[in-house]
Amino acid sequence: MSESYAPNLYQIDNLRLSLADMTKKPLVGAAPRLEILKGLSFTIPKGEILGIVGGSGSGKSTLGRALVRLLEPSGGSIKFDGKDITHLPETDLHPLRRRFQMIFQDPMSSLNPRHRVGAIIAAPLSLHGLSNPRQRALEALDHVGLPRGFATRYPHELSGGQRQRIGIARAIALKPDFILADEIVSGLDVSSQAQVLNLLETLVKDLGLTLAFISHDLSVIRRLCTRILVLHRGEIVENAATPALFANPQASYTRDLLDAIPLPDPKQVWA
Amino acid sequence: MLDGRSQIKRKLPPRLILSAGWLILLGAAAMLAPWIAPKDPLAQDLFLGQLPPAWVQGHEPGYLLGTDSLGRDVLSRILYGTRLALTVALLAGSITCIIGATLGLLAGFLRGWVDIMISRAIDIWMAFPPVLFSILLIAVLGPGLTSIIIAIVVIDWTRFARVIRAEAMTQGAMDYVASAQVAGRTRLSTMFTEILPNVLPTITVLLTLEMGIAIIVEAILSFVNLSISTDDPTWGGMIAEGRTSIHQAWWVLVFPLITLFLTVLSFSQLGEGLKDRFDPVLR
Amino acid sequence: MSYLTIRNLSANLKGRPDRILRNVSLQVAAGEVRGLVGESGAGKSMIGKAILGTLPLSIEITGGEIILDGTDLLKLPPAQRRTRIGQFCALIPQDPLTALNPSRRIGPQITNRLVDILRWTRADAEKRARELLAEVHIPDPERVMRSYPHELSGGMRQRILIASAFAAEPKLIVADEPTTALDVTVQKQILKLIAEMQARHGTALLFVTHDLGVVSKVCQSLSVLYGGLVLEDSRMTDFFHAPKHPYSRALLAATPKYTDPDGSLTPVPDAVVAATRAEVEAADRSAHV
Ligand SMILES: Nc1ncnc2c1ncn2[C@@H]1O[C@H](COP(=O)(O)OP(=O)(O)OP(=O)(O)O)[C@@H](O)[C@H]1O
Ligand SMILES: Nc1ncnc2c1ncn2[C@@H]1O[C@H](COP(=O)(O)OP(=O)(O)OP(=O)(O)O)[C@@H](O)[C@H]1O
Ligand SMILES: [Mg+2]
Ligand SMILES: [Mg+2]
Repeated sequence: MSESYAPNLYQIDNLRLSLADMTKKPLVGAAPRLEILKGLSFTIPKGEILGIVGGSGSGKSTLGRALVRLLEPSGGSIKFDGKDITHLPETDLHPLRRRFQMIFQDPMSSLNPRHRVGAIIAAPLSLHGLSNPRQRALEALDHVGLPRGFATRYPHELSGGQRQRIGIARAIALKPDFILADEIVSGLDVSSQAQVLNLLETLVKDLGLTLAFISHDLSVIRRLCTRILVLHRGEIVENAATPALFANPQASYTRDLLDAIPLPDPKQVWA
Repeated sequence: MLDGRSQIKRKLPPRLILSAGWLILLGAAAMLAPWIAPKDPLAQDLFLGQLPPAWVQGHEPGYLLGTDSLGRDVLSRILYGTRLALTVALLAGSITCIIGATLGLLAGFLRGWVDIMISRAIDIWMAFPPVLFSILLIAVLGPGLTSIIIAIVVIDWTRFARVIRAEAMTQGAMDYVASAQVAGRTRLSTMFTEILPNVLPTITVLLTLEMGIAIIVEAILSFVNLSISTDDPTWGGMIAEGRTSIHQAWWVLVFPLITLFLTVLSFSQLGEGLKDRFDPVLR
Repeated sequence: MSYLTIRNLSANLKGRPDRILRNVSLQVAAGEVRGLVGESGAGKSMIGKAILGTLPLSIEITGGEIILDGTDLLKLPPAQRRTRIGQFCALIPQDPLTALNPSRRIGPQITNRLVDILRWTRADAEKRARELLAEVHIPDPERVMRSYPHELSGGMRQRILIASAFAAEPKLIVADEPTTALDVTVQKQILKLIAEMQARHGTALLFVTHDLGVVSKVCQSLSVLYGGLVLEDSRMTDFFHAPKHPYSRALLAATPKYTDPDGSLTPVPDAVVAATRAEVEAADRSAHV
């Protein structure tokens, strides 16, 4: 779809992001800033599946929000397909919006409680002027393994995993170039998980989708991702190809992560 | 293929039936007053003063709820009074709601300088004691329907603005708003399509409550003789007159009072009932 | 004698034939952790909500018993039932963000339960809340107590709910996928903490999860749910050695392991799903005869 020849879909240089710490806001004057991302540099080549792992609160979701420009970085730069989007105002971002999507970590809060599922999936489609949004929404439901009848339900009438798949359906229906998936399979059983992951893999292979995949499940990451980024307290502690990372983890934090994975085996020593 | 779950029929809640029933009845009475009122509400007949209602000894046929000290038919006066009461409720209620809710929504969702300005205005406004403020306003504007409505709007818009602002702020922090932004929705469009449906239940409840309040305010103003010209029958005016003859003719006070009470109660129940019946999230 | 016993619990969509739970029976003894696994939409959360009396209005219980410490909750008058549940049970809900009030700071949301239900003083409650937050490994509890929910990461919110569930020292905790947003190191610490608190207070725990790895670490027994029907009820070790039901076997086989890089992501085979679905339908038919 894109006509430019940049080999990297995303190029991130020394990305910094700080947010106002409202808990320490003095009565008058501005709140102190809380530094969340402390100078990240990495690239996401086209067609790659990048795994992002890291401790809770290490800044993964914040990084995701910066990549789709829900948050404005306080330093460094983000280039999307060769174009600097670091400080692009919302009006200039608009034409790009269709090309990068985010699937949110908290499924319930990312679905409008007073819209029906069908409308939730179809809304972005009609915003970008795609034909037949309703039909495409139903097809997206098929893709994530939910019955079409769910289109008339409200989000609170679904189970947790079903909601999570609505978020996935909404993002893939747009056929974007890039999806940031924030913890999207944690609430799914292995079967639905496999279905969703196989779907994403197909999209990557056949439609040239690029994917950043935030997850705590290293088994899934190992299976799916080509590269892995390990984040710790807002810094990248390791950025390696998947086989290398599992064979020979460099950072001590990565080794801690690998040791803590519970295997489905009561005999595993897990102290 | 249709999935019927969301179409599960919710029963009409009894309070919705009762309150809507009473208000519809009242609305019909207001519109049809000239045809259904048994007497002319202004016609005085000193020979027929203080007649008791139809089920009490000494009544006169044709005067169902009795007459006041000037011999005017109480039922007809209540029916005509309904016109003013409902006009004030609908007009004052909806104008207050539109102004207050819009400002609240803008402040709570857009934040920034819009919020600072609107919040300041609310704070300053709330520093005025409301009853004094309204009496002052009417004194300046002069009595009349428009003045009453302006007085109510000017005093009560802050109630909407405050509540809706807080609600919009809470909703604005939800990820579905971020989702809409990622999908490329503009701020203003997000406010109407994403936030508004979620504050609508609150707006409905506040609106119906406000309609009840408007009726009470109108009654109070009539009571202290600051409403419209004293000739036209008003519930507040009737209550004021009835108070003076409570020992000789209780019905002059009691019937308008009951009507007022039922109406205000119905308005407040209507909002809750509508929410129970139509808000999808309560299911 | 089990602390919680559910017997033949059935639930329906109100006024419709759609069944949500089909004669569910399970037990949790004091000091025991029972795992509850099953496909997405199987009705796991509904069981939890039925116990705590928070089922959505559109779903009604059509039969069965929920016996808590010898008393059938479903036979109690609503007010009495609520106080009993408030005193002895806690829920770690599946949706952390929606379970927290978005417009209130975290501190009061944890302490209010202690103050209102257990009549603690506010100072004691606050001290306890800070301790608990530290115990679930939240850095800077002071700051978190003063934050609003949306200012925290997904895993922090989840740990806050874990902390507030344990705050009142309940006798039964229903944990609905409590560690989905936690990284494995924190998850490990939290699971250990749960085991420890449980050993200390003899809490009964119903643990809903999709992660059989987690099950193998914390649970003593396990129920497998499909379409609202309990397919299997086993001791944990028996389940991992020799799952009784074909569906459980397929589930175990389909679970990915990070030690096995080439293990492809295989769903539960269609044949097994079809057979299981047929079993659910057969159960319905026999129930109607
Ligand atoms: N709006 C905000 N205001 C202040 N601090 C925030 C805000 N949003 C996030 N933070 C802080 O930023 C840090 C990183 O949060 P983030 O959500 O990116 O973590 P995460 O890596 O996604 O963690 P998790 O795996 O638990 O979801 C946390 O310490 C959090 O408290
Ligand atoms: N309010 C509701 N009205 C109608 N149906 C509902 C409602 N809530 C849930 N359901 C349906 O009930 C079934 C059971 O839901 P439940 O939330 O118990 O699933 P679950 O086993 O917890 O799944 P997950 O692992 O995805 O959370 C689902 O198929 C769901 O679609
Ligand atoms: Mg996160
Ligand atoms: Mg669930």
